[in-house]
Amino acid sequence: MKSYDIVIVGGGPAGLAAAIAAKEAGNDSILILERDKELGGILNQCIHNGFGLHTFKEELTGPEYADRFKQKVFELGIDYKLGTMVMNIEGDRTVTAMNREDGMFTIPAKAVILAMGCRERSRGALNIPGYRPAGIFSAGTAQRLVNIEGYMPGKEVVILGSGDIGLIMARRMTLEGAKVKLVAELMPYSGGLKRNIVQCLDDYDIPLKLSHTVVDIEGKEHIEAVTIAEVGPDRKPIPGTEERYTCDTLLLSCGLIPENELSLSAGIEMNAVTGGPTVNESLETNIPGIFACGNVLHVHDLVDYVSEEAKRAGYNAAKYIESGCRAGNTSGNIEVVAESGARYTVPKTIDTGRMEDLLTVRFRVGDVYKDSFVSVYFDDERVMHNKKRIMSPGEMEQIVLKKDELVKRSGLKKIVVRIEGE
Amino acid sequence: MDKRELTCIGCPMGCFLTVMLENGEAVSVEGNTCQKGDIYARKEVVNPTRIVTSTVKLEGSDRSRVSVKTSTDIPKSKIFDVMKEINEAIAKAPVSIGDVIIKNVAGTGSDIIATGNGDLI
Repeated sequence: MKSYDIVIVGGGPAGLAAAIAAKEAGNDSILILERDKELGGILNQCIHNGFGLHTFKEELTGPEYADRFKQKVFELGIDYKLGTMVMNIEGDRTVTAMNREDGMFTIPAKAVILAMGCRERSRGALNIPGYRPAGIFSAGTAQRLVNIEGYMPGKEVVILGSGDIGLIMARRMTLEGAKVKLVAELMPYSGGLKRNIVQCLDDYDIPLKLSHTVVDIEGKEHIEAVTIAEVGPDRKPIPGTEERYTCDTLLLSCGLIPENELSLSAGIEMNAVTGGPTVNESLETNIPGIFACGNVLHVHDLVDYVSEEAKRAGYNAAKYIESGCRAGNTSGNIEVVAESGARYTVPKTIDTGRMEDLLTVRFRVGDVYKDSFVSVYFDDERVMHNKKRIMSPGEMEQIVLKKDELVKRSGLKKIVVRIEGE
Repeated sequence: MDKRELTCIGCPMGCFLTVMLENGEAVSVEGNTCQKGDIYARKEVVNPTRIVTSTVKLEGSDRSRVSVKTSTDIPKSKIFDVMKEINEAIAKAPVSIGDVIIKNVAGTGSDIIATGNGDLI
């Protein structure tokens, strides 16, 4: 097997953007490994529009957005292997993969970029009681069946969870003639984007029941009905609030989990909140030369942000190799801390020596906040105080740090991101 | 004067818009952070429109469907008429992004165009 400087695991939006950026930063030895039969990842089945407003200043569908990046990869002559499953990544950056043509093979890479994306939370992980009949799908599986394979999973649909894929599928199934009876959401707020509530549910009079969950599933061979109940503040069902809905399909859109089995076996340190690797300003994990970006790092709401982040990872991987694989400065790093309302930050540490002029720090909030402030503290001094009309856990927030401001404060130990009422 | 509150669908920001109406016409829009929001609000209160995306059956390719969209936004009331024509259409490979699959779909003046590629086998 040919050896490569940079091996990118995953050919979805993150992997493609990382590859392009690494190539444009001057590296000519890049390989993308993709397990599907084409590049583009999940975008290929996201046929709805709304992608690319930030990146291309126009509204594209998923396949169109992916195609822009694919064409660029072809143009730049970046190598890729399809139908290839990565089996293992070692801490020394040796990647083991297999496919039908090459069998099993290993590549000793100088840098690895993790871009494996995420997976949907399954029924098993949700602990829904009741029978285990056919007709229960994750929203993404249904999306693939309808949009790629051309099959309708059913005609009478109940959706549990108000994540974006669930909302998109509520509209998609309705357009294809199904009756979507309701979307039930355990939390008191939606997990999806506001615009999707409007254009996927409100447009088609599909009810959204917040603080509701499925407490029973009926049907022996195939699903016949579900029972929905209201939940209290403790998220436990309230007796007496049960309602029965007949249905032949139950879709689950209950959150996404970064797919990090490979990262774990490589010995990469994980962030318990995001389920993704802990990274520094270069999006580098605790293992020098292994970078992460996109949904494997933390679940994004917009693909535009994935592309932006992945570009940084690709660029940094190329720079890492250019510098002779110099590890980052591990001492004297500035710690980035999420507090009161902010759940996490990516990155978690900043080495001003390796930082670019502007650094985007992304985070999510843990609750719905109206007319609140995103505050940033350098040690104990508040340096940023931006008002936001609304923030919700379904949407990613960001702040931008300037290198010269960090450098000016020698001895800065801690940057704190906080949500404040005033 | 009537007041209507909307959530902008122009982009994923989802700005809260407040539209003041007089005799069914929008006289002012507040809460938008870009021009798109203003345009959306004025249209939404008089003649709401949407882009429709779906798939069309594809023949002669290793894929069974090709994804499509309306080339422009169409009146909301026409969505299901458009879907009916989309579901009756059959595309023949090869198909490339941007190819017109249905001209003037459901009399809307908008075309159905491919958003994916389908190679010939």
